[in-house]
Order: sequence, then structure tokens, then C-alpha cells
Amino acid sequence: MHERSLPSETAPARGGLIGWIDARFPLTQLWRSQVSEYYAPKNFNFWYFFGSLALLVLVNQIVTGIFLAMSYQPNVHLAFASVQYIMRDVHWGWLIRYMHTTGASLFFVVVYLHMFRGLMYGSYKKPRELLWLLGMLIYLCLMAEAFMGYLLPWGQMSYWGAEVITSLYGAIPWVGSSLEIWIRGDFGVTQATLDRFFALHVVAIPLLLILLVAMHLLALHQVGSNNPDGIEIHDHLDPKTGKPVDGIPFHPYYTVKDLVGVGVFLIVAAIIVFYAPSGGGLFIDPNNFQPANFMQTPPDIHPLWFFTPYYAILRSFPNKQFGVASLAMSILLLFALPWIDRHPIRSIRYRSWAYRGAVVLFGLTFLVLGVIGMAPATLFWQRLGAGVALVYFLFFVVAWTYAQRPTSRRLLTTLAAVFVVLGLLIWRFYLPSIAGIIWRTSLIPFAYALLFLLVPVFFPGLLRDRPVPERVRMR
Amino acid sequence: MMRTLVSRLAPVLAALLVAPAVCAAPLTPPLLHAPVNVADTASLQRGARDFVNYCMGCHELKYERWSRLGRDLKLGPKALRRLMFLQTKPFQMMTNAMPEAEAAKFFGIPPPDLSVMASQQGANWIYTYLQSFYLDSARPTGVNNLVFPNTAMPDPFWHLQGLRRAVFRKVLRNGSVRHRFVRFVTVVPGTMPAAAFRRRVGNITNFLVYVANPDRLKSMALGIRVLAFLVIFTLFAYLLKREIWKDVHH
Repeated sequence: MHERSLPSETAPARGGLIGWIDARFPLTQLWRSQVSEYYAPKNFNFWYFFGSLALLVLVNQIVTGIFLAMSYQPNVHLAFASVQYIMRDVHWGWLIRYMHTTGASLFFVVVYLHMFRGLMYGSYKKPRELLWLLGMLIYLCLMAEAFMGYLLPWGQMSYWGAEVITSLYGAIPWVGSSLEIWIRGDFGVTQATLDRFFALHVVAIPLLLILLVAMHLLALHQVGSNNPDGIEIHDHLDPKTGKPVDGIPFHPYYTVKDLVGVGVFLIVAAIIVFYAPSGGGLFIDPNNFQPANFMQTPPDIHPLWFFTPYYAILRSFPNKQFGVASLAMSILLLFALPWIDRHPIRSIRYRSWAYRGAVVLFGLTFLVLGVIGMAPATLFWQRLGAGVALVYFLFFVVAWTYAQRPTSRRLLTTLAAVFVVLGLLIWRFYLPSIAGIIWRTSLIPFAYALLFLLVPVFFPGLLRDRPVPERVRMR
Repeated sequence: MMRTLVSRLAPVLAALLVAPAVCAAPLTPPLLHAPVNVADTASLQRGARDFVNYCMGCHELKYERWSRLGRDLKLGPKALRRLMFLQTKPFQMMTNAMPEAEAAKFFGIPPPDLSVMASQQGANWIYTYLQSFYLDSARPTGVNNLVFPNTAMPDPFWHLQGLRRAVFRKVLRNGSVRHRFVRFVTVVPGTMPAAAFRRRVGNITNFLVYVANPDRLKSMALGIRVLAFLVIFTLFAYLLKREIWKDVHH
């Protein structure tokens, strides 16, 4: 670890109110260690706006959520009407609610961009593994928060979405059906479910989120921020001041820079809130304007956009247990990323072309899965989903293989292993329905494996990493 | 005994044999484009009038208050009173006198509340649906609908639009024979010219779009001001950033 003295230890004591507080509470010390003398790399780019924006959205969700909770009724007979009451009779209720619904979607936008930033610049690598894990826990809480909040308006999609997702727990062997009833509090999604989802959505998970966000920030300030070059700024300290040469104090440099990001972000958010709150059905599903009706299943049940990549993975395999396991695996693999990709170079700026391609393609894969998850559950979309979902999983195989600095032999062995596993999956799930054009979707993961595990055998230059400079650069 | 059984079952068997061809709903034609403009108060007023006259016997707007309607549509107390058949106080909701249980008996399912129908189905769907009824003796109401096959709703405008027969053509779609709508043939002419009828349905659609989101106009007006502020804020934030970052050496 880098030795850094706390600034306030050397700073003279202050008088006045601040001095009075400092004698009783480490106010100045906290401000300095966390903000004004927290040295961040000077080369942050566009991708570094999303951490502070996520914090802004969290505050927005909490504040608007408090006001919504004042008028919302967690009762199956009143919930839908109380939302309309908020929209029509509560002063500024429509604005508060649209800020909350838009905030929910934008939360995922900024968090996905924030996570992809970490993936690109290797921000999960040593010593930031715990920082990444805390971030992943925040992401899990966010998913739980969004899922439970979605039940509250008690519309058709609220109800059937909750019905489908809680039923997934039923797929867990042995304890599944008991677990499903325990989570719902009843045999179906009912008043008991609404009660507990409301409690969890407005009390438990927000508390957990705030705690985790605080821990995430503390962990960040313990290890220091990564940067687009992936080079440790604390390796180059000014011999006189002991501060990183390439670091600048978070305040005022990044506070004002983030303020610009906040301005641009709020412009986008305001356009949605005031002019397109339902986002063409992406942010508020049209079916949710119909009150929940347990007698009438909608023809197409799908979650809001931020869950559709996982939804595509879930329904791709014609076996519920396998689908649920794949869904769980797709998220668990992200947790394991620091131990899957142990390549010493952090940033994709200095990684090989092959790895760069794999990372970009991984981002695209996630987007494509999102689109597939929104499509109707026809055989074609399911099979295409399976093909693309396997590419999602293969990324982790490729990242792990590349991190070993593989020889041609290593690449070919991995390729063979991948082909065997893919072959088994196809034999298990595809063979019964190989017909028409649908079977071709099963070629997608094979093509991906060939591209990233066979092509580099013939073009080793694709796997050559770039020399990492001594110090960070501004672009 | 056997013969009577067969003769009694014959219609059922026949229905089962023909069923696949008959039951498959016709292909939905493309939706018409609804003339929506919630800033057109006159259109909303006419839409409200026609909604009260033609729709509200069965459908409610249970989340809209009369007073809200009066304020937003610039209807004075007198004009508002003329629309209120059932309620006496303007703060009451726009509900009707049909009990839901009875309505379910009349139609098979209770007519849905229409407060947010425009958000659920979209303006174009409502606009097209209201103009797409055709005669179908197989239906209990005597009519069927192109965009909502086997709808439980009777055609509320049959005397305005006239009674029409739909001409279908058989087409092969995904390996099964389906009916594609070709045109309507008027059987009994309506009392209203076609263009005037379209305008009337357009006004009702426009009104339902307003009801689904009564604050839309306010939202649009406020949005401009908020955006103007945010643009200026961002500009100043950018200038501040540039000033402070001057001493960061590259």
C-alpha cells in the first residue's frame, strides 16, 4: 500500500464554528481526506462522469420516493388508483412520479456505463477487487429495488412480472417451492407480496444501498481511483509534497468537471421527464396502464429494458432450471471478473487488439441480448437469444484465456474444450428442433470461439499487448 | 337414441371441423393516424361532449374530476353542468350509473375504465378501433371489429357511420389461411358525412389522450423553462471548469 499521511494531521487547528466542530467531529479532516485533498488522476475522460451521476440519481430516487410514499397506498384495491391520484390530484405529483420512473431507468443507464468503464480500464484488478465487489453488490441491490418497486403501481406488467420472477425461485432444487411461497408470503402474488415489497422497496433496500454506496466510496478512497491509462498515479509522488505528480485534488477540479456532467445529464433527464416520460414504452410499459388482473395473462410478459438482457438469457434455454442457472451464472461471473481476468495490464488502451475487440463485442452482446429480451417469445428469438447468450458466457472464457498470455497450443486446447461444451449444449437443447433457419443461430457461439481462439493462432500479432507508459497521459 | 345423439352432436362436430378456419381472427390492418393535439381546446371540448353522450353510459373516467375537466378545457360552471348527468358536485369523479357486476352480465366483461386507455393502447389504436366495426352475425352484438377481433363492445356510432359489411380476401400466412381485410361495403348508410364522422372520432380520441395525461400541456410549458435554465447552468459550469482547469498541465 501507498503511505499517505492524512492532511489534517499537519494542518493547523481552525477557530470559529468549524474549529468548534473539528474539536468534536472530524469535519475538516473528512472533507480534506475524502474531497479537497483526495488526489484523483488528472486524465479522467467521458467515462468517469457516471459514478457521480449515479450518486445524483440515488439522491433523486430517495427524495422523490419519499414524496411518492406519502400518497401511495400499498393495498391491492387502492394501489393503482393511488398512483393516478398522485398523477392528478397531488400537487406536482406527476412531476415527482415521472422523475422517479425516469430516474429508475437512467440509474441503470449510468450504472451500466459505469460498469463498462470498469471493464474497459481494468478497474476491478488488484488492489480494487473489493471495490468492484461492493459495486456489484450495489448493482444487485439496485436490481432488487427496481424489481420490487415495479410491483407497486399494481398494473398488469407489475403483477405478471412479479409472478414470473418470483416463480424463478421455484426452479431451485429441493427448497424451490417453499422458497417461492416464503418470498411471496402467499401462494401467489397477493396483498402479502405487495406489503413486503413495499417495505423492502422503501426501507430495507434503500438503507442497504446507502450503506453500500458509502462503503464503495470509502474503498475507492482507500485504493485511489483508476484511470483510462490504468497506471497507478501513486507510483510517482512529488518528492517535496509527497502528492502524486499526476493527481489533482478532487475538489475543485473534479467537482466542477462533474458539475458540467450533471448539467448535460439533467438536460437529457428533463427532456424525458417533460416530453417523453414513458420513453415509447421503454421506461413505462403501456400494459402497466391496465390494473393488475390475475385472471388475465397478458400475451407477452417482459420486464423493463434494463432487465431484458438477463430475461433473454433466462428464456433462451427450453429448460427452466437451466435458464435460471444461466441467469444466476451471468451475474455471478461479473462478480468473479477480478479473478477471471488477471492480466497485469489494466487498461484496454494497452491490451491486445483481440482483447479490445472482445470487450467491445461484450458490450454489444449485452445490448443485443437486451433487444432480444424485448422481442416476443417465439422460437426464433429464443434460439437467437441462446446463441448470443453463449457469446456472453464465452467472453469470460476468452478473457480468462487471454490473461494467461496463451501459447497457440493453449488457445487450441481451450477452443477444443469450448467446442465440446457447445456441442453438448446443442445436443441437449437444439437437436429436437433443428429445422429451418433456426439451427443457424447455434453457429453464433462457434463463430465467436473461432474468431477469438483460433484466429490469433494464425495472427499472433492480434494478441500482442502494447508497452505501458511510465506515467498517465492526457488526451 | 343413437340417431338423436348424432343429430344433436352434428352442429358441434361441424363447428369443430370448421372452427380452425372460422375462429382464426382476420389479420389486423395497419392503424390509422389519429389527429392528436391536446392544445386544441375546442377539439377537446367537442370530444368531451361526445364522450359523455356516446361512451359514458358504459365507460367511466373514474380518475378524472369534473372540476379538473372544467378547468383544463375552459368550460364554465354552466357548460360543465350540462355535461354532468349523474353528479351534482364538480369535485366528483366522472363515473357512471352502471354497476360493474351488472355490466359484466350485460357484456360478458365490464367495460374498462378509460382514464388511461390512451396511454395503454395509444391514440392511433383508439382512433382506428372506433371506425373499424363491421357486421358479423356470429357476434352477440351483431358487430365485430378489425383491430380488436371479437370485442364485447357494440358499435356506439352505427347510426352515424352506417352499418357496414367487411370484404375479406383469403391469404396464406405462416402456413395457415387467414383473412385479410380489403374494404367495407355499406349496408345501411349513416346519418353523418364520412369526413365529419372522422373528425368526431378524432375529437373523442384527442379527448382520451388529454384525460390519460391531463398535465401534458403544463409539462411541456414547464419543460421549456427548465431546459433553458439547465442549458445556462451547464454553460456556466463549463466556463467555471475551463477556468479552474487552466493550471492542470498536460
